[in-house]
Amino acid sequence: MRLLRIVPDNTRFDFMRFRRISFPISAMLSIAAILLYFYHGLNFGIDFVGGTLVEVQTKANPADLAKLRSTITGLNLGEFQLQQFGAPDDVLIRISEQPGGDTAQEAAVQKVRNALGDSVTYRRVEVVGPSVSTELLSYGTIGLLSAIVAILFYLWFRFEWQFALGAMIANVHDIVLTVGFMSLTHVDFDLTSIAALLTIVGYSLNDTVVIYDRIREMLRRYKRMSMPDLLNISVNATLSRSIVTHLTVACSLLALLLFGGQAIRSFTATMMFGVVLVGTYTSVFIASPILIYLGVGAARMGGAEEPDTPPELEAGQPAPSKPAPSRPASARRARARR
Amino acid sequence: MLFFTRWKAAAILLTALAVCLFAVPNFFSDKTVARFPDWAQRHIVLGLDLQGGSSLLLQVDTRVVRQERLQAVNDDVLRVLRQARVPFTGRAIQGGSVVVHITRPEDVKTALDKLGELSQPLTGILGSTGQRSLDISNQSGLITLTPSDPALNDRIRQAVDQSIEIIQRRVNELGLVEPSIQREGVDRILVQVPGLQDPTRLKEILGKTAKLDFRMVDLSMTPEQAVQTHPPADSEVLDGQKPGEKYLIEKRVLVSGADLVDAAPGFDQRTNEPIVNFRFNSAGARKFAEATQQNVGKPFAIVLDNQVVSAPVIREPILGGQGQISGNFTVQQANDLAILLRAGALPAPLTIVQENTVGPGLGQDSILAGEHAAYVGAGLVIFFMFVTYGLFGLFANIAVAVNVAMIFGVLSMLSATLTLPGIAGIVLTVGIAVDSNVLIYERIREEVRAGRTAINAIDAGFTRALATILDSNITTFIAAAVLFYAGSGPVRGFAVTLGVGILTSLFTAFTLTRLIVAYWVRIWRPRTVPI
Repeated sequence: MRLLRIVPDNTRFDFMRFRRISFPISAMLSIAAILLYFYHGLNFGIDFVGGTLVEVQTKANPADLAKLRSTITGLNLGEFQLQQFGAPDDVLIRISEQPGGDTAQEAAVQKVRNALGDSVTYRRVEVVGPSVSTELLSYGTIGLLSAIVAILFYLWFRFEWQFALGAMIANVHDIVLTVGFMSLTHVDFDLTSIAALLTIVGYSLNDTVVIYDRIREMLRRYKRMSMPDLLNISVNATLSRSIVTHLTVACSLLALLLFGGQAIRSFTATMMFGVVLVGTYTSVFIASPILIYLGVGAARMGGAEEPDTPPELEAGQPAPSKPAPSRPASARRARARR
Repeated sequence: MLFFTRWKAAAILLTALAVCLFAVPNFFSDKTVARFPDWAQRHIVLGLDLQGGSSLLLQVDTRVVRQERLQAVNDDVLRVLRQARVPFTGRAIQGGSVVVHITRPEDVKTALDKLGELSQPLTGILGSTGQRSLDISNQSGLITLTPSDPALNDRIRQAVDQSIEIIQRRVNELGLVEPSIQREGVDRILVQVPGLQDPTRLKEILGKTAKLDFRMVDLSMTPEQAVQTHPPADSEVLDGQKPGEKYLIEKRVLVSGADLVDAAPGFDQRTNEPIVNFRFNSAGARKFAEATQQNVGKPFAIVLDNQVVSAPVIREPILGGQGQISGNFTVQQANDLAILLRAGALPAPLTIVQENTVGPGLGQDSILAGEHAAYVGAGLVIFFMFVTYGLFGLFANIAVAVNVAMIFGVLSMLSATLTLPGIAGIVLTVGIAVDSNVLIYERIREEVRAGRTAINAIDAGFTRALATILDSNITTFIAAAVLFYAGSGPVRGFAVTLGVGILTSLFTAFTLTRLIVAYWVRIWRPRTVPI
């Protein structure tokens, strides 16, 4: 039986050359994502801003949105949104946080229940009071940051610090781009989005670690090879694995996206973007080449590949890679070894 | 890497089988499972988002706990100083302390001694902590008593414990099935009731403190006067049932609801109006008898949650320890009040800070959607692995299938709750488990290309790939662990399945896949590797 070879054997792509394109592109995309975050904003779900979310199935099919709108407008609950959700008789009602603390939110739900009465069946009612919502956002952010720090320490312990730093830069790059994606598509940003972000962090790191593992192995094996060549070989060697793995993950995610239902759609869409698109690109085009600037392997050659690094490129780097302090340190180590 | 002793192989297979077997109870009805031995009954619980139901997060008002503690200290000070016959002025609650001024300097020492007895040493798990319940300071006759932080925290903890107990009783009285009531953090309580679709009545029942007091009506001035000027120091103005109705009520409590032993809804024999009949315990009955004997002809008030339910005049001493509360109730109100009185008062008011109700339709849809996604995802992955790696792809598929079964086994052992994000976690774990196999096979391919013999290449492929698998899985596991500790609700469910999935996929990659390949090599003695 002939087996499928998605990636031909012995590829020799010069991935490192692309850093002259990939770094500026990533820098621009990251800036765009940050601008999007500040000027377009995220569509914060009620988990983080408080308020009420009611999903109803109307007895009328399809739902009479105009009538619903006028009914709820009559309740004087301030700003609200109606949204068709999945089936034509399924409607999502979002009511912004009511002034007057936690008890006011409960009162609002009661008003909606009374007003809609028997014309609908309730599929879901979620109420988040102000005292919880602020907490959830800060817990989520703390969780995300502490996960990154914990992983960083692990990588530092397992590899050298340059690898940990490189992985972190790649990681932050992934998060920034994914947040930009969330802002652009205006998907709900709620607790599950934080879970999605963390999984993306985990997956992207997983990928980066696999390549770094190979780079470390190569560093031990080839003491005289130039850094870009060595990185190219490592990335090419793991290329088939990266692509096969991401295709299988994409299969799982595609199934979730198509059949997993409305409730987790924003979660899977975010994951698809973060894991499959950004994660793969990052580990190949950002996490690996950045090791050159962080001075990995410079010690072996006494900085011999320095001419390979054009100075104008260092200015165009998307993230601070601090090549300056790392060089003297590695040079010192080189001297010690001799 | 490819050699397994017979014992080792048996141990691996038995472990995998045993873990998978723990998943069995999930496939039987509750009745059948009940006949299993105890240790085999554990199974996965469906989360409220899948089976439908209502979940309320309640916050205990800790300010009230502090305030009540201060009030109690204030009352104690009055009692102690009166007993010691020490004259004082300006007894008041200021900020977080009680201050009192001792009039005569020569009394200060006696007062300090007597008040010092109010401060109890605090005991922790390891005996005395060296801290006391009150910090007492003296500035030339001005004595300040401040409840210490550990003592207050102790009180708050007790208040939350007590609230949980009372909520339990109230929820049981409502006849709800399998409610789960647990503490969340320091001062919150999570109440989950599967199958409940409209939590309105539950919210009403939980939202009432149900603090019932019997107090005297203060007749020294009218309520209107009290509102305009200032009520006497030991009285307060409370609202009545009707809008605008006010009463001036003494702060001193004759008998409290804590002394009630029973309450039942009923009807007044003369007016046929719904009422609540109650009965005091012997201490309560004695206190009530004394109070009514002393105050014949005067009105007293039945105060519920700082609202006057009724204020009847005492016609004759009530000695039997029984009574009734009437206050223009509907039948439902009388019923609810009886439930509340039987269950007892909450030590502090509760606020609902988060509500989440899922109807059965949505839950059913979510389960179906999750199942569909799992089948389609698994189908795609199995097909893809087979066309990419052929026979080895089949081995991988077996390992992944065992892996999923083991996830369910471990989740059953933990009696974990399966939520929709949890299902997403399992589907993603399938991706991770596949990745382990992909790493191994790609490495074997590489080793073959490097010119090794088949068996050599397989051996080297496993050795090299397993180090990478360990590193990459540990990083993902760290992310899952942090998610578990920092996350709440849906995020936690996701973290649990992801974490468990990583562990089981590590197990299958390190043992099962290797074992299958090892046996295949031993039986077929291949010259080339078919991948």
